[in-house]
Amino acid sequence: MAAPTTLPSALADAARDESSLRRFLHGLPGVDQVGVEQRAAGLGTRSIKKASKLHAIDLAISMVDLTTLEGADTAGKVRSLAAKAKRPDPDRPDVPKVAAVCVYPDMVRTAADELTGTGINIASVATAFPSGRSTMDIKLADTRFAVEQGATEVDMVIDRGAFLSGRYGQVFEEIVKVKEACGDAHLKVILETGELVTYDNVRRASWLALLAGGDFIKTSTGKVQPAATLPVTHVMLQAVRDWQTQTGELRGVKPAGGIRSTKDAIKYLVAVHEVAGPEWLDPNLFRFGASTLLNDLLMQRRTQLDGHYSGPDYVTVD
Amino acid sequence: MWEYAPAPESRDIANLKPNYRMLVDGKFVEGSGEPLKTINPGTEEVLAEVSTASQSDVDTAVKAARRAYDRVWSKMPGSERAKYIYRIARQIQERGRELAVLESLDNGKPIKESRDVDVPTAAAHFFYHAGWADKLSYAGYGPDPKPLGVAGQVIPWNFPLLMAAWKIAPALACGNTVVLKPAETTPLTALVLADIIQQCDLPPGVVNIIPGAGDVGAALVEHGDVNKVAFTGSTEVGKIIQRQLAGTNKKLTLELGGKAANIVFDDAPLDQAVEGIVNGIFFNQGHVCCAGSRLLVQESVADELLEKLHARVSTLRVGDPLDKNTDVGAINSREQLAKIKELTESGEAEGAQRWTSSCPLPDKGFYFAPTVFSNVSQAMRIAREEIFGPVLSVLTFRTPDEAVAKANNTPYGLSAGVWTEKGSRILWMAQRMRAGVVWSNTFNRFDPAAPFGGYQESGFGREGGRTGLEAYLDV
Repeated sequence: MAAPTTLPSALADAARDESSLRRFLHGLPGVDQVGVEQRAAGLGTRSIKKASKLHAIDLAISMVDLTTLEGADTAGKVRSLAAKAKRPDPDRPDVPKVAAVCVYPDMVRTAADELTGTGINIASVATAFPSGRSTMDIKLADTRFAVEQGATEVDMVIDRGAFLSGRYGQVFEEIVKVKEACGDAHLKVILETGELVTYDNVRRASWLALLAGGDFIKTSTGKVQPAATLPVTHVMLQAVRDWQTQTGELRGVKPAGGIRSTKDAIKYLVAVHEVAGPEWLDPNLFRFGASTLLNDLLMQRRTQLDGHYSGPDYVTVD
Repeated sequence: MWEYAPAPESRDIANLKPNYRMLVDGKFVEGSGEPLKTINPGTEEVLAEVSTASQSDVDTAVKAARRAYDRVWSKMPGSERAKYIYRIARQIQERGRELAVLESLDNGKPIKESRDVDVPTAAAHFFYHAGWADKLSYAGYGPDPKPLGVAGQVIPWNFPLLMAAWKIAPALACGNTVVLKPAETTPLTALVLADIIQQCDLPPGVVNIIPGAGDVGAALVEHGDVNKVAFTGSTEVGKIIQRQLAGTNKKLTLELGGKAANIVFDDAPLDQAVEGIVNGIFFNQGHVCCAGSRLLVQESVADELLEKLHARVSTLRVGDPLDKNTDVGAINSREQLAKIKELTESGEAEGAQRWTSSCPLPDKGFYFAPTVFSNVSQAMRIAREEIFGPVLSVLTFRTPDEAVAKANNTPYGLSAGVWTEKGSRILWMAQRMRAGVVWSNTFNRFDPAAPFGGYQESGFGREGGRTGLEAYLDV
């Protein structure tokens, strides 16, 4: 059970064996529920106007992982999503591209055919998404398949059952192995915070994923309610900030599910800016897992530039 | 870099008038004192001219209050008094934006605080006490507790509207009439409250609001026909009032200064403790009598906490009080700014290590960048004297006993904060803190149902809650 990168000795020790890991995770300072929710609500009252709003909208568009994860997904649906990713607002060529398109593994090839060479990442969920209830072999095979098909990013789920029953070593091991199976692909570790329930668990799971080598920590699959919330994202942003303080490394955060409006997205960006720090205002370090958010961002962008609201029929529904 | 564009609240909402007059006997009248000019501490511009009371005006106001007490208010059933108080509460909500903007203009506090704290809490105090007006028999002071008579009330400049609410609401609920003197530098929201009171059709003389400087306050508390004196302000003035009142049968409550300890144990939720520390000392520019101005942190987490604290304080936005994104507004007056500067210089001279946020400050107006002193010892002035500004002194401790000893080692005793995840330790500490309010894993939370007040040089008497009614009842 070795930590994947060279870490400061305190952190390397934490990952030495199962009991060290448990001691480390349980030794993290607690999260006070009232306090973190108060802080999130307080930051949510920031008033972002004019140029700063336009900047935030463009930044948010460039951070979207445009997602379709439905049983009803077809190649046609994925192709139209890829087209949207490349030119989110066909009338406005200056709109930035989104960060990635996120699909199930069997749709990766279709997405890759559309997106290779565009600079847009191809993200695939893997490891028996969304429940994570399968064997290690199957989870690894799922990951390898996605990467072979052309995924440049893998969104794995952790075994919440193992985490909640205190088998942290097993969760750690899984993340390390999936990371290996990813090769060059970036690994986002989905904590499914809606099933972890407490902020203390979210903090422990965040550190566990960071220690095991996850490039990103991600809130949710989008299949469990509640999905991303502001206070949960605060706890995770604090974790990557603390990680950077201790190791010098920058790791990313991705809230996913439930972020539908520009107003919400801006609240998240404010949290990124003030909790983690301005260096995280970068698509390499912060993403939105979303599908309907993009159109609201586009409509608000038009409103900012045109001075009036134009309505949902002026943006494409894909 | 992502800069937030200015997002100022419109100052037109404040309905600022060139002149404000005092409320005496149900009418707005010119005082015969020298008019004062109140300024916006965020820009140093003059906001309005306010007429002030003279000795004879004080007498007129007290006589009006006595008449209103004898003829109307003391005889009115509690359920009827309640209707007036509810009406005031609703009017405060109705005119909430106007009051918030005016408060930020006159006081310098950020609009997000006047909007989200001062005004809603002021309304909450009237709502809460309106509920008591017809239930005083059940407050635990006997079957039919009687009011005292005329209350002379003197309030400070740090929460001008909220302190007026803290004073007026319980007085009216218990059946007393009021003569209130707002602070010299911040009279405007109290005079809008006077307008609200007039619009609510309160019988003339039940509430009289007379602006002026310290001499007006002195004349008010000395007046022979005042039965009850309530003062919130400095310990220095509180002592003078107590001396003046010695030998009279006036009932007195004092809410004075503080030098609260915010105690962080090594098992605390550190990130939220940082939030609580920031809220404890930088809320309202530190112009809070119960501010957590002394941080006592357990040595084993001191470095980690201090690093997090510096990072967090660096994100505080200091500037235009009307900007919705401002976290720390303007210092209320030039005198207060000078006092803060003098005390921080003494901190440096006495060997404490100063850290000041590098945030930009506006060119005009009274501003002071958030400052944290570490390596502070109990002997330094910055650990003993109330600074009343955005300046935090950090001390360390090793054991819970040492934390208790250091926290209580002050002539004050208004509030304290305890940060730990251990419930038993919270209770153990709370029993030992010589402070009127002990917050645990939070700070600066106010509720009309919770009594507030101090020990020792922080004053006596309680405001709020059932306990707070005692100050306005003849019991």
